[in-house]
Amino acid sequence: MTGGALFIAVFLACAVEAVEATTIVLAAGTARDWRSALLGLGAGLLLLAAVVAALGPALTAIPLQSLRLVVGALLLVFGLQWLRKAILRASGRKALHDEDAIFATELAAARAAASHRVGYVPDWYAFTLSFKGVMLEGLEVAFIALTFGSNQKNIPLAAVAAVAAVVVVGVAGVAVRAPMARVPENTMKFVVGVMLTSFGTFWAAEGAGAHWPGSDAALLALVPLYALFGLGLAGALRPRPQPRPVVYSPEGVSE
Amino acid sequence: MISRLRSFGAFWYDFIVGDDWRVAVVVALALALTYGVSRTSVPAWWLLPAVVVVVLPVSLRRAIRGG
Repeated sequence: MTGGALFIAVFLACAVEAVEATTIVLAAGTARDWRSALLGLGAGLLLLAAVVAALGPALTAIPLQSLRLVVGALLLVFGLQWLRKAILRASGRKALHDEDAIFATELAAARAAASHRVGYVPDWYAFTLSFKGVMLEGLEVAFIALTFGSNQKNIPLAAVAAVAAVVVVGVAGVAVRAPMARVPENTMKFVVGVMLTSFGTFWAAEGAGAHWPGSDAALLALVPLYALFGLGLAGALRPRPQPRPVVYSPEGVSE
Repeated sequence: MISRLRSFGAFWYDFIVGDDWRVAVVVALALALTYGVSRTSVPAWWLLPAVVVVVLPVSLRRAIRGG
């Protein structure tokens, strides 16, 4: 796996999560108090950085074979979850992730809640809403960056990709001051699901003692094959349009 | 305290296992099988992709029927 592929995989995964976190921070800032929402964002990012700084070196100390088995298995289960949801959404069996609707819901809940000051934080509700959103979405970002980075022995590059995604999405969010409903979130989730499933399969099998034909080049076959399989499933699961009923009458047949 | 521990466990369960726990169980079994086969002279690399190809449509079908 080249550095470029590692960067793209982590960047896309982190961008998807960053879009969701940005929606929550924007709702907290718009409905309540920007200072508190930004303090919550900063506190969440600091805690995530501490988690990555603590777990990163610990992961690199684990023998590569065991790391690949455990991390590969986790990524495979995790990737199948993403792929499953993306296929259900692409086939129309599950509602698309609607950032506008989520923003409106968060906004209504934030406006209805009571406000009180805690220390330097003018509005505790806006702070905790923003903090929780960043932490929960950010944990997935940290998980993906750490697992990809540690397996490739390049946590710094994975961290740069994660930070780049957060910065790009964050700047775009602040610039438009609106939920990023135009981001093709489901397509990105599908791509990330395919990548997580492919790398999870590859690393978990290697960790369990299997040897891939062509070594790393096997990934170049796994990624497109899983992508085609996922697209095929999404197409097959799309509900077929019902034929219009045919009405028989004395004047003839009408549709 | 117990309810906090429970919600902590529920968070991690939802985070890693997600909506369909059977997928995680099948992946774990497939990995054990891959390990077993890799100890023999038979190639074991194809087992996990084969499991993905089976488990994903089954899980999707269950989600559609359940939802």
